[in-house]
Amino acid sequence: MSEERKKLVEVTGLKKYFPVKGNLFEKKYVQAVESVSLSIYKGETLGLVGESGCGKTTLGRTIIRLYEPTDGRIVYDGTPIYDKKEKISVNMLPYRRKMQIIFQDPSGSLDPRMTVGEIIGESLDIHKLTASKKDRSDRIRRLLEEVGLNTEHANRFPHEFSGGQQQRVGIARALAVEPEFIVCDEPISALDVSIQSQVVNMLEDLQESKGLTYLFIAHDVSVVRHISDRIGVMYLGCLVELAESYELCSHPIHPYTQTLLSAVPLPDPEKNKTRSRLLLEGDIPSPINPPTGCRFHTRCPYAMPRCKEEMPELKEYSPGHFGACHLLEQNGSHNTSTSPNNKEDKE
Amino acid sequence: MASYILKRVAGSILILLLIMVVTFFLMNAVPGSPFLTEKSTPEQIANANAKYGLDKPLYIQLWNYIRNYLKGDLGVSLKMQEGTPVKDIIFHQGKFLLSIKLGLYALLLAIIVGIPLGCLAAYFRGSWLDGALRVITTVGVAIPGFVLAALLLIAFSVKLNIFPTKSGNLPDFKSYVLPVVSLSSYYTCYIAKLMRTSMLDAINQDYIRTARAKGVKTGGIILKHALRNSLIPVITYLGPVTAGIITGSFVIESTFSIPGLGKYFVQCVTSRDYPVIMATTVVLSALVIVMMLVVDIVYKIVDPRITLTAKED
Repeated sequence: MSEERKKLVEVTGLKKYFPVKGNLFEKKYVQAVESVSLSIYKGETLGLVGESGCGKTTLGRTIIRLYEPTDGRIVYDGTPIYDKKEKISVNMLPYRRKMQIIFQDPSGSLDPRMTVGEIIGESLDIHKLTASKKDRSDRIRRLLEEVGLNTEHANRFPHEFSGGQQQRVGIARALAVEPEFIVCDEPISALDVSIQSQVVNMLEDLQESKGLTYLFIAHDVSVVRHISDRIGVMYLGCLVELAESYELCSHPIHPYTQTLLSAVPLPDPEKNKTRSRLLLEGDIPSPINPPTGCRFHTRCPYAMPRCKEEMPELKEYSPGHFGACHLLEQNGSHNTSTSPNNKEDKE
Repeated sequence: MASYILKRVAGSILILLLIMVVTFFLMNAVPGSPFLTEKSTPEQIANANAKYGLDKPLYIQLWNYIRNYLKGDLGVSLKMQEGTPVKDIIFHQGKFLLSIKLGLYALLLAIIVGIPLGCLAAYFRGSWLDGALRVITTVGVAIPGFVLAALLLIAFSVKLNIFPTKSGNLPDFKSYVLPVVSLSSYYTCYIAKLMRTSMLDAINQDYIRTARAKGVKTGGIILKHALRNSLIPVITYLGPVTAGIITGSFVIESTFSIPGLGKYFVQCVTSRDYPVIMATTVVLSALVIVMMLVVDIVYKIVDPRITLTAKED
C-alpha cells in the first residue's frame, strides 16, 4: 500500500441512523453505521464484508449520499461533499456523474416501464452528455456492447431479460455517465453462480480499461478476496478490521474476522473436515439497542471487562493493517496467538 | 392490436346477447304487467298484449327482441311514454346526455383531485398532512352520496343560498356543482386511498433509488418513475367506475331533480316497461364492456409488461 497513491474518497466518523418507531418520550434509531472512517484510493477495489444487517449497504449508499448522513465528513477527490460540523452539504448533481452505484437486485432497480435505451438515456440526458440524437443512440449502443449485450436490446423492456442480463443493463446504466467511482452493492448476490463469475470478470475488465475505483460490497468472503485490493470487515455498523486482501485473509487480527474467515469453506474437502471452526454464540445484537463498549463483546470469545465499557478505536497495528480491538492494544502489534485458526490460513 | 380489438368486439356481442337473454327472463319472472291498472278490464289487457306481441310464447318474444336489436330497432315504450320509440327516449330526449355530462364531470373531478391527493399523502407519509387526508378520505368513503347531497343542500342551498336546490337540466355552472361533488366524493376519496397505497409501494422500489443515483430531481422521480408505476390499480378501478358513474346515480339524480337516465331506469322497472328495461340494460352493459376494453388497452400503454395477445409472448 503506497501512501503516495491518491485518496479518491475519504470518510471520517461517518454515521447513519434511521429513525424507528419509539415511544412518546424517546425517539429510537437504528444505528446502521457508527463512526466509520476509511479511505479509498484511486484505482483500487476496496471490499467490504460482514453479516447481513451489519450496515455495509447503508455505508455504501451513505458515502455517495443516496442517504443523508447523520454525522461525519465525506471528502471526494479533495473536495468535502458533506461535513456535519462545518455544515457542508453540496449539491450532488455534478457528483452523480462521478460516483455511481450498481444495485443488488437487478430486476427491481430498473424501472419496468422504460426500455433499456430509455433507462440508459435518462442518465445521459440529466447530465447533458450527448450533443445530438444520433450521438445519444450511438452512445447507448456502445454502452450495451461494452457490457456484452446486443445493440437491439435497447428497445426491450427489463422484464424481457434474464437476471444476468439485467445486471449488465444496471452496469451499463452506471457506466453511462463515465463515473470515476462505483459502489458495487452486492452486484452478484442475486445472480446464478454460473453468471456470478462472468459479471465479476466483466467488472474487473471495465476497471482496468476505464481506471475505475470500486467499493465492492458482498457477504461472500471468497468473492471479495478475489476482486479486492484491500478488504474492510464490518460488524454491527462498525469497521472492525481493514487490511490488504492477502494480509487480512492470512493474518486476521480481529476475533470477528477470524470467525468470519473460518466460516469460508476450503476447496480441499479433507482439510475442510479436519480444520477447527470458530463458531460464534448467540445472534447479532439489535442495532437499535447495540451493546455498550465494543459492539462485539457479547459474542467475543476473548471479551474482557474493559470491552464492555469502552469502544475500541480503529488503529494501525502493522503497515496498512488496521484493527479495532482492545486485545490488540494490550498485546502491542498483531499477535498470532489471538488467532487460533491462522495455521490453516497460512497454508 | 387490431386483431385483438376485433376479437374483443366479437366477444362483446356474445356477452350482450347473453345479457339480453338473462334480462328477458328476469323481467318476465317478475309478476305484473305494464297494462295492469285498477281500472283495466281483462279484455283491455288482452288487447294491449296482442298489440305489442306479449301474448306470444316467451321464446318467440325473445327471438323478436334479438332480431329487432340486430336491425337496430329497440322497440317502443309500453307505459311511460306509450308508443314513443325507446331509442328516442334514451338518446334524443337528453336523458342519456344529461347522465353522461354529470358522470363525466364527477369522474374528472375524482381523477383530478383523487390522484394528486393520494400522491401527496404518500410523499408526506406519516406527516400531519397524511393524517388529515387519511381522516378525510375515510369519512368520504364512509358517507353515502345521498347523505352528503342532503348536507350540501342544507348548507349551500338552504342556508347560504349559493347554489340552486333543483339542478334540473343542468343549465349553468352553479347547477352542476352540488350534484357533481356529491356524486364524485366517494370516488375521489377511494382513488386517493388507492393512489396513496400504490404510490407508497412504488416510492420504496429499488428503481426509485436508481433514479436518485442518476441524479433525477424529486419532481421527476415522482412524475416520471413513481406515478407511471403506481397507476395500474387506479386504472383497474376506473374502468367499471367510469361506466357506473356515467350512467348516473339514481339517488343523486333524484335528490337534485335531474331527469337523467338513472332516474328513468328505475321508474321503468317499477312500471314493467319491458322494452325500456331491455334497452337501458343493453346500453349500460355495452358502456361497461367498452370501458373494460379501453382499460385493457390503457394497461398496455402504461405497463409494457402486460401483453394483450397470446402471440406477443
